[in-house]
Amino acid sequence: MSAQQVLFDAPGPRSRRNILIGNIIGAVLIVGLIGYLIMALAAQGQFAPEKWTPFLEWDTWRFFLLEGLLYTLRAAAISVVTSIVFGLIFGLGRLSHVAVIRWISGIVVEFFRAVPVLLMMIFFWLLLGTLDLLRPQDSPFAAVVLGLTLYNGSVIAELVRSGVYNLPKGQREAGLAIGMTRSQSLRSIEVPQALVAMLPALVSQFVVILKDSALGYIITYSELLAYSRRLGSGEGNIFQALIVAAVIFIIINFMLTTFATKLSGRLSFRTGGKTRKDKNEKVLVTDATNAG
Amino acid sequence: MEDYLSLLVEYDVLGAFWVNIQLTLWAGVWALLLGTVLALMRISPIASLQWLGAAYVNIFRNTPLTIILAFGFLGLFGQLGFTLAEDLNVSLFRIAILGLAIYHAAFVCEAIRSGVNTVPLGQAEAARAIGLSFMPAARLIILPQAFRGAIAPLGNVLIALIKNSTVAAAGSVAIETSTVMKEMIEFRSDVIYPIFFTFALGFVILVIPIGLLTTWASKKLAVAR
Repeated sequence: MSAQQVLFDAPGPRSRRNILIGNIIGAVLIVGLIGYLIMALAAQGQFAPEKWTPFLEWDTWRFFLLEGLLYTLRAAAISVVTSIVFGLIFGLGRLSHVAVIRWISGIVVEFFRAVPVLLMMIFFWLLLGTLDLLRPQDSPFAAVVLGLTLYNGSVIAELVRSGVYNLPKGQREAGLAIGMTRSQSLRSIEVPQALVAMLPALVSQFVVILKDSALGYIITYSELLAYSRRLGSGEGNIFQALIVAAVIFIIINFMLTTFATKLSGRLSFRTGGKTRKDKNEKVLVTDATNAG
Repeated sequence: MEDYLSLLVEYDVLGAFWVNIQLTLWAGVWALLLGTVLALMRISPIASLQWLGAAYVNIFRNTPLTIILAFGFLGLFGQLGFTLAEDLNVSLFRIAILGLAIYHAAFVCEAIRSGVNTVPLGQAEAARAIGLSFMPAARLIILPQAFRGAIAPLGNVLIALIKNSTVAAAGSVAIETSTVMKEMIEFRSDVIYPIFFTFALGFVILVIPIGLLTTWASKKLAVAR
């Protein structure tokens, strides 16, 4: 049931009037709040044209923002692929009928889900620096991809496992009834449906990967945030540059989230599993890990 | 091994974790307050407040936390001279709490909203039938049940918050775990593995009990239906 229907009736004339009054007060408050912020910033001279005009020039975009975005997207795209591979391997490992494999996969997944991504990135960054495997300038990038893969791969492994668990029991029973073994039914009946069911959650996880790629800034990987900072220190407008960078992230992530929601509606008839939790509940944005 | 132990004497690892715990607790309290207000706005009948709540959630849920915290340090503090205390370190610490709270409030709001979704329609109908209007119905009937339904997702937000408190490094909070770990490794890269596992284990010890506790509490406190 949707929250909107829970708390109030279809409004009568009096509540309609109250809602209208509340609406006007709310709108005045919002306009007032935004107005206050704008006034405060204007008083500090943050709307001075020279702070914003750099963003109208093609060179700013070509040499800083798009360049940075390219590195952000490169780290995120590679991490998406490696995370899916990692997630499939360990997700299936957790479903294995060999107890040892199940245990090892469980420990790996739980460990990497509990350790902050930033700590992993710092560790790999400094480790690769001492190991002499890569060119020194490549180690931040490799550390970002490794950190993102281990964390998000573990989350995806959990998605695979819960996807199989949440299938209706009849799917496996039907597989066994037509003479398949336990692992045959897992491979050809349960996992394919679980993968379809987890697609929306997977797309939501891409948002996490894209957001967390910004952690690379801390370990000197030159992505969008690092480029924006560089741009801002050159022009004296870090405040504005970071807002523009945030807006770029928000637009991309908002499109991904919208896509995930649409996808969950489209896919629901392709699988015995649930692509979303409840009829009116959107894709599991609150799922823990998405705050990561 | 002895080298490693002497390193533990030199660097205050427990103190670093204590900074992260403090960041988590303060940011958690503010995020819970702000998130509850946002959730109320999103479920209220007033369109402008619904819009504001939805806009807030969509903006901050989709912004990288690193940008928010870097913005607090470079933009608010560096460019605007915004401070929250006389002392520089206290001020940066509070700005980091502010950033963490603003980011996680969006997730708290969604967690509580998913809790509201667990409350059956009949509860609200009964509340209206005995003459309660929106605020009393929300306060007495819906929210107490919604919070109980929201324990598991709220616990998940808390776990994310503990781990994310390490990102305070982007806000120049100097003595928290990720910065201390980096300094220790840079000082003694020959014992890099024990150092990393010490910190990793610290987070496992912090995070796993919270996960078990919230799972237990959400089952224990679930409204029997």
